[in-house]
Amino acid sequence: MSKKLLEVNDLKINFKTYAGIVQAVRGVSFDLYEGETLAIVGESGSGKSVTSNSIMKLIPQPPGIYAGGEILFNGRDLVPLSEKEMAKVRGNEIAMIFQDPMTALNPTMRVGRQITEVILKHNKHVSGAEAKERAIKLLDLVGIPMPEKRFRQYPHEFSGGMRQRVVIAIALAADPKLLIADEPTTALDVTIQAQILELMKDIQKKSNTSIIFITHDLGVVANVADRVAVMYAGQIVEYGTVNDIFYNPRHPYTWGLLGSMPDLKNDVKEELRTIPGSPPDLIHPPKGDAFAARNEFAMAIDYEQEPPMFKVSDTHYAKTWLLHPDAPEVPIPDAIQQRINGYIKEAQGNGK
Amino acid sequence: MIKYILKRLGYILIALYLIVTATFFLMQLAPGSPFASERDFPPQIEAQLNAKYGLDNPWYVQYKDYLIDTVTFDFGESMKYKGRSTNDMIAESFPISLTLGIEAMIISIGLGILLGVIAALYHNKFPDYLASTIAVLGISVPSFILAGLMQYFLAFKLGLFPVSGWKGFNYSILPALAIAISHAGFIAKLTRSSMLEQSSSDYVKMARAKGIGKWTTVFKHTLRNALLPVVTYLGPLTAGVVTGSFIIEQIFAIPGLGKHFVTSITNRDYTVIMGTTVFYSIILLFAVLIVDILYSVIDPRIKLRGAKK
Amino acid sequence: MTQNNQQFDKFSPDMFKIVGNRQDESEKLAAKSVSFWKEVILRFSQNKLAIFGIIVLVIVTLMAIFVPMFSQYSYREQLGIYNAAPSAANWFGTDDLGRDIFVRVWQGARISLFIGITAAVIDLIIGVLWGSISGLAGGRLDNIMMRIADILSAVPYLLVVIILLVVLEPGLLPMIIALSITGWVNMARIVRGEVLSIKNQEYVLAARTLGANTWHLIIRHIVPNALGAILVTMTLTIPSAIFTESFLSYLGLGVPAPTASWGTMASEGNKALTSAPWRLFFPALFISLTIFAFNAVGDGLRDALDPKLRK
Repeated sequence: MSKKLLEVNDLKINFKTYAGIVQAVRGVSFDLYEGETLAIVGESGSGKSVTSNSIMKLIPQPPGIYAGGEILFNGRDLVPLSEKEMAKVRGNEIAMIFQDPMTALNPTMRVGRQITEVILKHNKHVSGAEAKERAIKLLDLVGIPMPEKRFRQYPHEFSGGMRQRVVIAIALAADPKLLIADEPTTALDVTIQAQILELMKDIQKKSNTSIIFITHDLGVVANVADRVAVMYAGQIVEYGTVNDIFYNPRHPYTWGLLGSMPDLKNDVKEELRTIPGSPPDLIHPPKGDAFAARNEFAMAIDYEQEPPMFKVSDTHYAKTWLLHPDAPEVPIPDAIQQRINGYIKEAQGNGK
Repeated sequence: MIKYILKRLGYILIALYLIVTATFFLMQLAPGSPFASERDFPPQIEAQLNAKYGLDNPWYVQYKDYLIDTVTFDFGESMKYKGRSTNDMIAESFPISLTLGIEAMIISIGLGILLGVIAALYHNKFPDYLASTIAVLGISVPSFILAGLMQYFLAFKLGLFPVSGWKGFNYSILPALAIAISHAGFIAKLTRSSMLEQSSSDYVKMARAKGIGKWTTVFKHTLRNALLPVVTYLGPLTAGVVTGSFIIEQIFAIPGLGKHFVTSITNRDYTVIMGTTVFYSIILLFAVLIVDILYSVIDPRIKLRGAKK
Repeated sequence: MTQNNQQFDKFSPDMFKIVGNRQDESEKLAAKSVSFWKEVILRFSQNKLAIFGIIVLVIVTLMAIFVPMFSQYSYREQLGIYNAAPSAANWFGTDDLGRDIFVRVWQGARISLFIGITAAVIDLIIGVLWGSISGLAGGRLDNIMMRIADILSAVPYLLVVIILLVVLEPGLLPMIIALSITGWVNMARIVRGEVLSIKNQEYVLAARTLGANTWHLIIRHIVPNALGAILVTMTLTIPSAIFTESFLSYLGLGVPAPTASWGTMASEGNKALTSAPWRLFFPALFISLTIFAFNAVGDGLRDALDPKLRK
């Protein structure tokens, strides 16, 4: 049983805007163990980026406000830490990989220096030359050819995929225990995407790093995640292992997500189902279940009271009244079920 | 790089040619002659003077002579002040203007960047409002008015500085300030908005995510990128300091090139006007060229057109 | 984190009847989006400096219109009291020809505002035409037109303006011409940029197929889209023109006496600084205040229109 690395309990984050106070994260809880990958999935505005940024306390405060909850990293609550104390954690124990490698790198600073900067900041006894050596090794590790030459180059001299590798190298520079990857492949070509994902899985195996992977792409989730948290309107609505989510989804939103994913491999002719409507206004969050207004299976109670997290199994939880014993049996919609059958067949074929 | 410089030099020559020609024709069109304004010359003497200066030749002859003179930097003698060669006048007065100009530029850049950085780092708090208001005020009060006010309050009433003249370093402070303040204001605004823009960019966020401290991030990352637009302002700054000098030297009775230029215009002293115009144009055009080269050196992303990196 | 499924108040079975989604409600739930211009105005009005600027401009304009109309003195009337300090009779004092400075300041306001606005409007017209034609035409014509604009803006502007004014005998019209000569380049560049970005968009092509001529395109499509940038540029051109006008007047190249422009008044005032400082102060105050106000409003507009700050 591996050690629990991160425990987030009932995290609440608000934003002060000129239109009012936006409740971006409304009571999010999850765990992360050493060496595993947790994927956080959701559409834009679901709060997934805010959640991941908030773990490292990167939310600018103002306008952000930590309105409640705790973030326990190795047992230590990060929320009350000062900036100075957080600076020792960032880069060192928790590192972040950003979405757009084009803008995440300082355009006027040589790439090598951007890596050694991290090493030198968190390892006071390391000399400049040693740091340079380590940086070059890192560039090599992430698959950049001719690392000594590349060390002295500027970001604009790299291609998109190469830049993202550099970003990963920077993230790994101080040997962090947790990597937060915020949509790291969204800005890249599909072929490069695959390479980057492979790279990340590789590194994880080698150094037993834990990864939180933010994405809106379920295909990526299937590829890299051990466990998944589905977020909607600032809350986690379903939470479980990859198998739980893909083979036995219980929340109507998760059904919607699975249904809206273009499935190239399944032979079944099906329509691409979209979830009609748009996410709710988080300045005035709705009274009951936030997804009710877009949920074709919504019940009267969904409009009155927010559902609690129901337990489906030891590893699987979903926040929907459909799991209440009094609720009617709502089977997984056909189209989704067919997909799931397709996955099962595929998995059996792959010997998973 | 060499190719680029040569190309730019070519453009400079074309621009100079246009300026010189435009100046010539404008002078031709100008009513009155340098001799008609003040003293009443008997017509024969006036005719003689005109002949001496070739002012009675047809315009194309004058033009040809003028072009030749310009290319050989022979700007002749001042028409107003007999016996004073234009080149001498320029050589004498330019160093003074240069000193004043450099002082003014240092003040504008230093003060401007300082105010801008402070405003950006304390965004939407008191120091920001204070610095921004100072900047806008600086931009709004024309330099000559500022000069008058400073003369009145600081020099005349409080006796902190000499009112006018040019007899030592002390004499340069008020005039340099008068020229510099509005540019400092503009640079402050530019720096502030540039810093704010850079501060909200991803790489700054990334630096924070690496655990880099707030001030270290500012000095090692944000500032350098934020100052790039300020470098591009150096060209207009030079031009502004030059034109500022015209009036300021008048107000503070400083014997610089600006003062001579203005006087020569009022006097319709053609030779001096031409000479000074060409001189100024060369300086300004080269200033822009230097700034462009400087910018390409500082920003590794810039590849000058026609240059190989 | 989890709840024991049994630990509930019993809900009535009706609560668990499926009622489906509420799509029309869902639209209401989504954040109300405010119209573009309303949002701009909202943001603008939160900028205290900009609001202050507008108030100043309104006051100055009103005074400029009404004071010379209703004042007991005309701006050229010589009262026989020379260089008098401000008093109940003459609020801003009198100058060396015995003229009331208060009324002259507001007369000067008319001139300066007129010059500034006219110059800005001329810049607008030339700039929009030049930029639109250049952008729409594309190819060689575009190239040539932009080269000309580049050269014009590279030439040390003030030198040429000064010389021009020497040639053209100072006056109101020459002043305006001199001010407009290179100011339009900026506007042209902005408009051209806007044109290039929408030129190939479908609705433009559609409009063209329907037979819309160039003029129609400019007025109906290009200007509205570039309106924000155009407004900001105009608002910031005016103070620049006022500044340049006072600068040139100061050099003796301004509108001739007895017309009172703020620049000429400041110039004369500076000469009498030690004996009658109010002659400099009042025009100086209003030049600065007006330029400040225009700058504040222009900046406020620019910030309010900035797409990056939206949402």
